[in-house]
Amino acid sequence: MALLEIENLTVTFETASGPLKAVDGISLSVKEREVLAIVGESGSGKSVSMLSVMGLLPWTATVKADRMAFQGRDILGLSPADRRRIIGKDIAMIFQEPIASLNPCFTVGFQIEEALKQHMGLHGQAARRRAVELFEAVGIPDPEDRLGHFPHQMSGGQCQRVMIAMAISCNPKLLIADEPTTALDVTIQKQILDLLMRLQAEQGMGMIMITHNMGVVAETADRVVVQYKGRKMEEADVLSLFETPQHPYTRALLSALPENATGDRLPTVSDFAIEDTPYTGASA
Amino acid sequence: MTDAASTTARMQDPSRRARLAEFWYYFSENRGAVIGLWVFIVLVVLALAAPLIAPHAPNAQYRDAILVPPFWETGGRAAYPLGTDAVGRDILSRLLFGARYSLFIGVVVTLLALTTGIVIGTIAGYFRGWVDTAITRLMDIILAFPSLLLALVLVAVLGPGLTNAMIAIALVQQPHYVRLTRAAVMTEKNRDYVTAARVAGAGNLRLMFRTILPNCTAPLIVQAALSFSTAILDAAALGFLGMGAQPPTPEWGTMLAEAREFILRAWWVVTFPGLAILITVLAINLMGDGLRDALDPKLKRS
Amino acid sequence: MSDIVLEARGIVRDYHIGGGLFGKPRTVHAVKGVSLKVEQGKTLAIVGESGCGKSTLARIITMIDEATAGELFIDGEKVDISSGRLSPEMRRRVQIVFQNPYGSLNPRQKIGDVLMEPLIINSDVPAAERRERAMTMLTKVGLKPEHFNRYPHMFSGGQRQRIAIARALMLNPRLLVLDEPVSALDLSVQAQVLNLLADLQDEFGLTYVFISHDLSVVRYIADEVMVMYFGEAVEYGTRDEVFSNPQHSYTKTLFAATPRADVESIRKRLAKKAA
Repeated sequence: MALLEIENLTVTFETASGPLKAVDGISLSVKEREVLAIVGESGSGKSVSMLSVMGLLPWTATVKADRMAFQGRDILGLSPADRRRIIGKDIAMIFQEPIASLNPCFTVGFQIEEALKQHMGLHGQAARRRAVELFEAVGIPDPEDRLGHFPHQMSGGQCQRVMIAMAISCNPKLLIADEPTTALDVTIQKQILDLLMRLQAEQGMGMIMITHNMGVVAETADRVVVQYKGRKMEEADVLSLFETPQHPYTRALLSALPENATGDRLPTVSDFAIEDTPYTGASA
Repeated sequence: MTDAASTTARMQDPSRRARLAEFWYYFSENRGAVIGLWVFIVLVVLALAAPLIAPHAPNAQYRDAILVPPFWETGGRAAYPLGTDAVGRDILSRLLFGARYSLFIGVVVTLLALTTGIVIGTIAGYFRGWVDTAITRLMDIILAFPSLLLALVLVAVLGPGLTNAMIAIALVQQPHYVRLTRAAVMTEKNRDYVTAARVAGAGNLRLMFRTILPNCTAPLIVQAALSFSTAILDAAALGFLGMGAQPPTPEWGTMLAEAREFILRAWWVVTFPGLAILITVLAINLMGDGLRDALDPKLKRS
Repeated sequence: MSDIVLEARGIVRDYHIGGGLFGKPRTVHAVKGVSLKVEQGKTLAIVGESGCGKSTLARIITMIDEATAGELFIDGEKVDISSGRLSPEMRRRVQIVFQNPYGSLNPRQKIGDVLMEPLIINSDVPAAERRERAMTMLTKVGLKPEHFNRYPHMFSGGQRQRIAIARALMLNPRLLVLDEPVSALDLSVQAQVLNLLADLQDEFGLTYVFISHDLSVVRYIADEVMVMYFGEAVEYGTRDEVFSNPQHSYTKTLFAATPRADVESIRKRLAKKAA
């Protein structure tokens, strides 16, 4: 059964220079235990569509969709606050900037226990024990000691582990990872991706991996949605996407990878004759 | 050549117009700011047109009309719409001419404080080290005094009068600009574009005033707008204390001081100058808030 | 053609932290004795993770910061920024392009002024010729003459990076230090900028020091590769040597961690998952 279904989602932002369509008619679905990667460059609306599912967009955004359902239950009609209450336990999200995602004023232990209190109703010793368990699960060494640390005392990779621990604290059915490794070094990225994939398999979560990095897609995804300027270009399982990309944009993206370079020059997107209108300021 | 120039103008036009449009969008979001702007414009027009619209000369004394109440009170006369003071001068005319003084004080004080503050602040923020320490300590000392008291002392030393009062107020206000500029310069200085200019060979002066300073203007404009009203207020206070503009100058604070003894007998003599100060200061502050909304990038990204 | 444009011997850079009212001053060794040599027209890539000292090294080579110890030679001339001022001629020879295209252009400066500023500062070229040269450079990096009078905020990240490259080239430098020039760009734009850099290198005989953390980019663009780890050069050799036969364990870890986007490894992964 599909975990999350979105049909014809459109998100429009009200800006000083008129309305801006960030997502334009996206449909997608994630099955249970499936890893779906959404790939796209900046401005392709890949984060915005997921934020709209979570009800985390600012008030300037207008969200329209034919259908938006989680486990068959319609969530479109709910107010953002209601939606967060109902699905907040079942959908968790982690973000790109791990250090910025944590509140610098509190210890990471306090923050994770707070999350446990909110969603699981755990208090005191029980919350503490669960927090230690979670830290162990995400591979933070010496968890009891680490709970007393502040975010600035930890590295970016450690902070991302804390975020992941928080995200899985209430056993979500779906984990949305928004560029979880973009801000991290390559070796740390590898560790975090391995961790995410291990947790996904162990807990049987569905996962949406938002990324711009084709390597990350290749290493994690089962199925891939390619987005460009708010539209869906292509959807395919990961092997056929890399083997036989259908859409010219996908082909362009793949051949622009420096490791796929054959000649002296890298092919670019414009070589593939896709209309490309660069941003020309507020007048556009 | 003219052809090239006109195309140049056309090419930069959309950008500038778009920026102006964006500025106005954010500014007009703030209702109070727009009202403040209109009130301020009316004030400026009234001040400029004072000789044309004032019914009397500001210092003309009418012996037959001493302490005449406003026209709607019993005993009021249409010739003196807001009444007259203890020596028979028309209050409306004095207020209109007083607006010129107030705006003049605001402009001069703000400009004086702004320019010195910017120069000192840029030097402190750019060079850091002992120069910075010395400057910030000095500014801290100035800020540690109650501002009006310090202005009063300065005027006492320099001698009472409008010019000296303006210099004193500018001196008291300038630490705010120094701090703001210093903070802004310090953050901008570490940006890549400054390093790039340095690698291109730009010297200290060029880096300070051509490269960095133009990017620090937004908070300074807001501060200037807000301290414009403080300057008017302080000048009025000094005038009230007899240390600012000297009688018979129709400065609002001085008018208040002269009317002090009639406060119970003739309410209009104190009320109208007081209201004038209140309205002006309020309008400028509202406008300053709107400017902050429109110019401060930290508040804009919503 | 074996002109050595850049040579560094035992570059050391220490930072002194603290030493204020409380706490003991601490010394951080950002760069610990790095030596390197680049020939004209070649590209040396410096690879490493954040905090490994590669950007510090870039700033020293660009003569922005001073080295604590060690010697730096540009075109065989010794660089000395500690005693007195650096000669404008020396400064001209090394230019830099930064990582973040949004921070490296002055938001209040039109593109034309950005490009002409180095000429105004360093030469007495008449205004008309300045303009001419800026226009030529603008078209050379793939922008149009009508962009001349626009402000940086009207450009995309890739276009801004082109402008930054154009600015760096205005003074005809010998050496261009590229500090992660494509890390902040989208994949397709990254390819365009890399192509541009390759073209410019051919045309002007430029020498590049290319700082990056992305091995696939390095493999594409570099002639020689240096891997830095905690301030030390743990691996230094030609591209083929380093990539085919890495010696240091860190280099091996780095290679193993780089995500692979080829069909074979995807197949392997899926097979492993199904099992």
